Amino acid sequence: MPAARTGPSVPVVLAVAVPVIVAFAVLPRVVDLYQTELLIYGLTFAIAALGFNLLLGYTGLLSFGHSAYFGMGAYTVAFIVRDLHVQSMELCILAGVLSTFVIAALFGYVCVRHTRIFFGILTLALSQVLWSLAFKFFWVTGGTDGIRVARTGITLLGGLIDFKGSGSYQKFVYAYYYYVLALFAISAALMWVIVHSPFGKALQAIRDNEIRAGFVGIRVRRYRWIAFVISGCFTGLAGVLWVPLNGLTTPDILYWPFSGEIVFMTVLGGFRTFTGPIVGAIAFNYLKVYAVASSQYWQMVLGCVLVVLVMVLPTGIVGTLARLGGKLRRG
Amino acid sequence: MDTLVIQTLNSIFYAAVLFLIAAGLSLIYGVMRIVNLAHGTFYALGAYVSAWAVGTAFGLGASGSGNLVLAGQLLLLPLGAIAVAAVGAVIEPTLLRPLYRRPEEYVLLITFGMLMILEDAMKFLFGGTPLSAGSIMDSMGSIRIGSLLYPSYNLVVIGVGIMAAIGLWWFIYRTRFGIILRATSQDRRMASALGLNVGRVYVQAFAIGCFMAGLGGAVVVPAQAAVLGMGVDALILAFVVIVIGGLGSLEGALVGALIVGFVRTAGIQFFAEIELAVLYLIAAAVLLVRPTGLFGKA
Repeated sequence: MPAARTGPSVPVVLAVAVPVIVAFAVLPRVVDLYQTELLIYGLTFAIAALGFNLLLGYTGLLSFGHSAYFGMGAYTVAFIVRDLHVQSMELCILAGVLSTFVIAALFGYVCVRHTRIFFGILTLALSQVLWSLAFKFFWVTGGTDGIRVARTGITLLGGLIDFKGSGSYQKFVYAYYYYVLALFAISAALMWVIVHSPFGKALQAIRDNEIRAGFVGIRVRRYRWIAFVISGCFTGLAGVLWVPLNGLTTPDILYWPFSGEIVFMTVLGGFRTFTGPIVGAIAFNYLKVYAVASSQYWQMVLGCVLVVLVMVLPTGIVGTLARLGGKLRRG
Repeated sequence: MDTLVIQTLNSIFYAAVLFLIAAGLSLIYGVMRIVNLAHGTFYALGAYVSAWAVGTAFGLGASGSGNLVLAGQLLLLPLGAIAVAAVGAVIEPTLLRPLYRRPEEYVLLITFGMLMILEDAMKFLFGGTPLSAGSIMDSMGSIRIGSLLYPSYNLVVIGVGIMAAIGLWWFIYRTRFGIILRATSQDRRMASALGLNVGRVYVQAFAIGCFMAGLGGAVVVPAQAAVLGMGVDALILAFVVIVIGGLGSLEGALVGALIVGFVRTAGIQFFAEIELAVLYLIAAAVLLVRPTGLFGKA
């Protein structure tokens, strides 16, 4: 039986995605080093938000504890680089995603027993277990000082590219940009396949009506659990990629306001669309960097943006643009 | 033995402060079904306003140590709670009310936005340095317990906590407004159909919840200085309290606060590294076994 196709067809998707990826690939030639670095941060957060949105947008579960998976990825890298002297970024990714997989499977198993606000509080409480451990076991985690991960100790593509010697910073930013861009493209493609697969459709059915989804034979809790683990792994990958760029991992990325930032990014872009979290993460990163640079009261700026967003533009950037586009087309 | 008494008092002191915060959070959730992420920040705001009021009126150092000065300072403390209640009464109709028809995620997000705004508003108004009303604690001296000394002010806080618990219980179960509150909490539409002004009940409930948080801040500030970020830390502990006790339950908030207070004191003594982790794990375990908490009704 041929599956009924929904959403845009493959050529249409490629016709949009390929120029965007090409544009991203050309960007470092146009903008300066600093902007390139900001874009890497943006792309990293975009992977995290994509993962997060599998739960919020597609499964209808608001997690307030995704800092746990981001932080798990980040701290795993910091540990294996410091204690096992691992240099290869690929090994870091493998280890980071694997450890996030384990912790997300464990936390998810507990959390998916509930929905709505209880789910949110449970994810929050469990993420804070990790935070308090990172915060208190300072002889392992460095406490609030965190753990330094020098980019000079990292190699890409199995040792093919390293960052020692003079001019290494510049080299790092450009090489790492393409590295993260490639991983972002793979992640986005993978997520696209997931949400348009029968599995993704089942998640959306659960989101829209849990009871009916159960009646047609979807194993609701099992599906939620799988979605939770996938979501955690994407966010964990983002944490892994973020560490060498930031050069340091601290308990702040495990603390619950960081989970709030991930939610913020996703809502900023719009959680009802696939591209929303990507746009939101990149936009949020710029917003935060410029707010921090221009005022010591940057939190207030971000808070006001969030309040206005929720009150006036609940569909986020992408949702609003889509609505405007629809209006224009109709004349 | 003396140490045990002091540690018990410390636990109850801590529980009293937590109860004030958590009871407000629980009340707001119980009546309005709102999880207020800015609640800890309201607590911090109460602490700042009280410390500022005491500091401005009586100078930063303990200028006089007479009983009259002390009485004046103590009378100024509740100002923080009143200020926070006023802020709450403004926020509910302007920011929260337009969102009740939307999914609950939006309300949660707007409280997160409020948290960010309020944190920086406090930084702007009170500066980045800690504000303390420690002169109250100093001039109240301490009492002797066996061979050890214990600050008298902590006993005042415990007293306030007990009085707040009794007062709130009386208010909710023995007054006409309490009946209205519980009716609205159980069935908002029905209450509205019976002619209750639900909008007004919501403002009042939110303001009372904020008042409790502000009171928590106001009573704690003579013992611990108000610092930036104290609200963010407090919120999570208040969550732990109401998750253990049951969301929306007053008795639950009391029992939860006592459990957290004692576990925390024991934790600091015996297992300092995992003290916080243990609390979160207890909360997660309760949520898993009894999602409605020890005292919650489904």
